[in-house]
Amino acid sequence: MSGVRVLVGTRKGAFILTSDEARKDWKVQGPEFAGWEIWHIKGSPADPNRIYASQNSGWFGQIIQRSDDGGATWNPVGNDFSYGSETGTHLWYDGTPHPWEFARVWHVEPALDDPDTVYAGVEDAAIFRSKDGGGTWQELTSLRTHESSSGWMPGAGGMGVHTIVQDPAVPGRIYVAISAAGVFRSDDEGETWRPMNKGLHSNDLPDPDAEVGHCVHRIAKHPSNPETLFMQKHWDVMRSDDAGESWQEVSGNLPSDFGFPIDVHAHEPETIYVVPILSDSYHYPPDGKLRVYRSKTGGNEWEPLTKGLPQENCYVNILRDAMAVDSLDSCGIYFGTTGGQVYGSADSGDSWAPIVHDLPAVLSVEVQTLA
Amino acid sequence: MIRVILPQHLRTLANVDREVQLDVSDPVTQRALLDALEARYPMLVGTVRDRVTKYRRPLVRFFACEEDLSNSAPDDPLPEDVVSGKEPYMIVGAIAGG
Repeated sequence: MSGVRVLVGTRKGAFILTSDEARKDWKVQGPEFAGWEIWHIKGSPADPNRIYASQNSGWFGQIIQRSDDGGATWNPVGNDFSYGSETGTHLWYDGTPHPWEFARVWHVEPALDDPDTVYAGVEDAAIFRSKDGGGTWQELTSLRTHESSSGWMPGAGGMGVHTIVQDPAVPGRIYVAISAAGVFRSDDEGETWRPMNKGLHSNDLPDPDAEVGHCVHRIAKHPSNPETLFMQKHWDVMRSDDAGESWQEVSGNLPSDFGFPIDVHAHEPETIYVVPILSDSYHYPPDGKLRVYRSKTGGNEWEPLTKGLPQENCYVNILRDAMAVDSLDSCGIYFGTTGGQVYGSADSGDSWAPIVHDLPAVLSVEVQTLA
Repeated sequence: MIRVILPQHLRTLANVDREVQLDVSDPVTQRALLDALEARYPMLVGTVRDRVTKYRRPLVRFFACEEDLSNSAPDDPLPEDVVSGKEPYMIVGAIAGG
């Protein structure tokens, strides 16, 4: 019987939520790595038993955990994220140069076709790759050493590579997004990178149309459409139809175009989801109502999805990596909140129900569709 | 044998009990002890000391014989009671967070 495995990273451990195709009854496993921050946990598309997790602690630093049996057991693998070449400086919050320093792994992205190959997006911003199941890591240095990098500046949460998107239709093409530098694209498996931020407009920059410096919160794409990308920027929801070469705003009738996650329906490449947040000063939903907004037109025209979600007194946030979609026939959508709830919808967002509601603050949500 | 007490999270990570015992060759210093600990439990590399500089992580403390050795020189000899195994060497997660 088919089913799903939802992988949840929280401030105090990881949780694994499993259900059958109906997605009504859930088994909750965890906390795994109790007491540690799990920034991201994600399974390999090539082998669902292979899962990687980024485990971090302010006391004891960075650990990478790997499971080879679908999360039943785990083992720590390599955690040497030494930068691969001389480290320079980026801009600090006060505008002074600041040395590049590794802090943590924000995001793990297993390769599409090889369970032993996995990418890691780290703070301070860089991308690493392992080809031996996380045993050793090599930096793809030309991102960090891009000619613009001395001018990159951290967002409020740090300066990390938080999004890594591989294009299954274009071999070697990888997108990354960095807070707060913007989107970069590689067409040669990470050997070289180009900024992809034309059309982004950020009023909080001295030059609102700068080539780099935009606080991109997340990008997403549908695997069937190699040219189209969607973006939730600090402010503005954007789309690109030329593989990131240019962007157009599609915020349309959203009540706020500030937010963090964005995702695409598994079977409808023009159906996208965001969770509007009031503003960067508040970090909670407008009017205390938790609403996912869905556009079936690739943006501009949005509808609120509220059935089963709290519509009063709700002041949680939904972080950038905390939304995911499954690929069952009736597409499932999942998201986690800083209040410790994980909501699921088995009908493309028409209705929602909490799977769990008292976890630690949720940092990330991923889902595996199991045969 | 040198007795080393680990904090809870590192015990879990290394899959060991509260105290581990290490054979450390002379001279027994903090550097030699931590080198031996990391050699036996490689998953602890980077969790107690920075893996490159070998400096103590900011929120880790080293105690022994009711003394705070956190800021002692890494090549200073450890107290004789630690070397003899009478007293443990304690790796402690600093109290932080209010």
